[in-house]
Amino acid sequence: MAALGSPLRTWRGLLRELRYLNAATGRPYRHTPAYRYLVKAFRAHRVTSEKLCRAQHELHFQAATYLCLLRSIREHVALHQEFHGKGERSVEESAGLVGLKLPQQPGGKGWEP
Amino acid sequence: MWRSCLRLRGGGRHLLNCPRGGLTASRGPGPKPPAHARAYAPPAAERKRFYRNVSITQGEAGFEINLDHRKLRTPQAKLFTVPSEALAVAVATEWDSQQDTIKTYTMHLTTLCNTSLDNPTQRDKDQLIWAAAKFLDTDTVWSPAPHLSAGSRMARPWHPAAGLLVCILPAPGFSHGCRVEEPETLVELQRNEWDPVIGWAERRYGVKIGSSTSIMGPSIPARTREVLVSHLASYNMWALQGIEFVVSQLKSMVLTLGLIDLHLTVEQAVLLSRLEEAFQIQKWGNVEWAHDYELRDLRARTAAGALFVQLCSESSAVKHKLLQG
Repeated sequence: MAALGSPLRTWRGLLRELRYLNAATGRPYRHTPAYRYLVKAFRAHRVTSEKLCRAQHELHFQAATYLCLLRSIREHVALHQEFHGKGERSVEESAGLVGLKLPQQPGGKGWEP
Repeated sequence: MWRSCLRLRGGGRHLLNCPRGGLTASRGPGPKPPAHARAYAPPAAERKRFYRNVSITQGEAGFEINLDHRKLRTPQAKLFTVPSEALAVAVATEWDSQQDTIKTYTMHLTTLCNTSLDNPTQRDKDQLIWAAAKFLDTDTVWSPAPHLSAGSRMARPWHPAAGLLVCILPAPGFSHGCRVEEPETLVELQRNEWDPVIGWAERRYGVKIGSSTSIMGPSIPARTREVLVSHLASYNMWALQGIEFVVSQLKSMVLTLGLIDLHLTVEQAVLLSRLEEAFQIQKWGNVEWAHDYELRDLRARTAAGALFVQLCSESSAVKHKLLQG
């Protein structure tokens, strides 16, 4: 039932996520330790002649899990920014929602000094 | 816990006792806070990203993370060491990906490492296994609850025109699975999706489990419980923290076992865990700011937990094949 897809797809997804992560810092993603580690790991496990290599499957599974992690964190933060990150409405805005306006009292409110 | 950030946002202001603006200004000597008022701690100021580079070094106990030149420490001020290099790389990437402010709620792997290092609840191995095995009785995949009951995670259908949504939030710790008796499509969906997973678990561990629609759930035979508990006992402390975390996220022991045995991917496990919600979403529509938000959060936590378990329990050895001829 493990519909993992092809390793190439996972690899490209991982590269894309690393690119997004490093876009803000401005540093090229190829210099990050994550990229170097992934390249090393993918290369090391590619050189086997067995058809059913358990280590390869494990590595692919871990890579897919990591990809899912990075992707969902990014999407979660994006959703949070869009829907929940705006903070509270000001009093003027809330009044404006129901068509009211705040009163202007040039003399100040009665109880303020 | 993550739900509270949806509820208290703005609604927690009523807990504040100090006057804000001019609206709650006092008349007379000043308001005395009522004697029973809770002490309100304002949310901790967001820490800005105070470091430029994140690097990894190897110490005696394992791999350490350096933020600029300072070593990373856990909340209890212990040195942050991880046994596996891959885990160190992943944690370093998490810290490196923070921009401007440090959002600790996105750093799931760091949180898991901190929990394992500090063990703030002082739990030992048996307690962790017991906590995870508690979910066996009310496992999502076979346990029932009366349909549309208060304990289920199913969202009640809402009227699309009015846009009203009534969501029933689950009681903490109660797993939300159900084998319902109606509607028919849901019964079939549950059977098609969950039965193969149960079958796989039965074959893999040589145990017998069933499924039922009564409220008490199937009685798990003692032998099944023993087998699964002894299987869990074969993992080390760190991996067990991860397992317990994933079990409490997915509310299902069977799905967690499928994840760590590489039988299910994270997306599949999360989908199976949220099967009724997915069914309702398909029928009544998707609410992006709730359903997608929850889904992404659940996926992130589950993926972090699964990765943590895998990285903590693997031992990689590169065997070079001899070239013949």
